[in-house]
Amino acid sequence: MSTAFLVVILALIWAGISGNFSGLNLVFGGLIGGVAVLVLREALVGPRAFRRARRMLSLAVLFLYELMVSAVRVAIVVVRPDMSNAVRPAIVAVPLTVTSDAEITLLANMITLTPGTLSVDVSADKSVLYVHALHMVDRDAMIADIANGFEKKIREAFE
Amino acid sequence: MLVGLELYIGGVLLLLGAAFTLLAAIGVVRLPDLYTRMHAASKAGAVGGGLILIAVAVLSQDASVSMRAVIGVVFLLLTTPVSAHLLARASYLSGYKPCSQTLIDELASNNEQNPAT
Repeated sequence: MSTAFLVVILALIWAGISGNFSGLNLVFGGLIGGVAVLVLREALVGPRAFRRARRMLSLAVLFLYELMVSAVRVAIVVVRPDMSNAVRPAIVAVPLTVTSDAEITLLANMITLTPGTLSVDVSADKSVLYVHALHMVDRDAMIADIANGFEKKIREAFE
Repeated sequence: MLVGLELYIGGVLLLLGAAFTLLAAIGVVRLPDLYTRMHAASKAGAVGGGLILIAVAVLSQDASVSMRAVIGVVFLLLTTPVSAHLLARASYLSGYKPCSQTLIDELASNNEQNPAT
C-alpha cells in the first residue's frame, strides 16, 4: 500500500517539476518513481521508515528555526555601532560522538548555519570538530549546546 | 482581494531577502577577519538568497517554476555552509591567523597532527 502511495507522490512531483500535468507525463513520472522505489526498497521497508521520516522532519524544522535566529542575530551584530564589543571570536574543539561521514557532514553544515558558530575543520581521525564562534561566552556551555541539540537529533534520525 | 494577497506576501519576502543580503554585505565589510566575515556571508547570505527564491515561488503562479525555486532553496542551504567551511579551512591551513580579539584558538595546538593535505 505505502509503495503505491509513494509512486503516486513521486509521479506528482515529477509532473510538478517538468511543468506538465498531462496523462502521459504522469504515467512516465510513475514509471520513473517505480524504478526508484524498486532500487531503494531496502531502505524503505519496515515500520521504522515512517518514524525515521518524522525524526528527519523534526530535525528540518529545528534547523529552519535556528537558521532564522542565526541570520537575525548576525544582522544585529553587524549593524551595532560598538561592534568590536559584540564580537568575541574563538576557535573551540568540539568532541564528536557521531561517527559516519554523512552524519559529520550534516552536523558540520548545520553548525555553520546556526547561531554564532561556523565549522572550520575536522581532525584527521574524525573525533574532533573545530568550530569557530562569533561570540563565545562560555566554552563548555557552547559544546554542551551542540551535543544536546543537533548531534542528538542527528543520531536519532540516523540510528 | 485574494488575487492581490500573494503579491503582498511575495513583495514582503523579496524586501526581507534584499535586506538580509545587504546586511550580509555590510557584515563582510565591517567584521575584523575572514572567519567572522564567513559568519555574515554564510548565514545572512543564505537566508537572503533563500527568501528571494521563496518570493519567486510565491509570485510565479506556475507549479514548475515554484517547484524549481524550492529545490533551489534546498541546494542553496546545502552548498553555502560547504563553501564557507572550505574558505575558512583553506585560509587557516595557508597560515591566515584569526584576528587579535580571538580568545581561544584550539586548532593551533593541534595543527601539527592535522597537516595540510
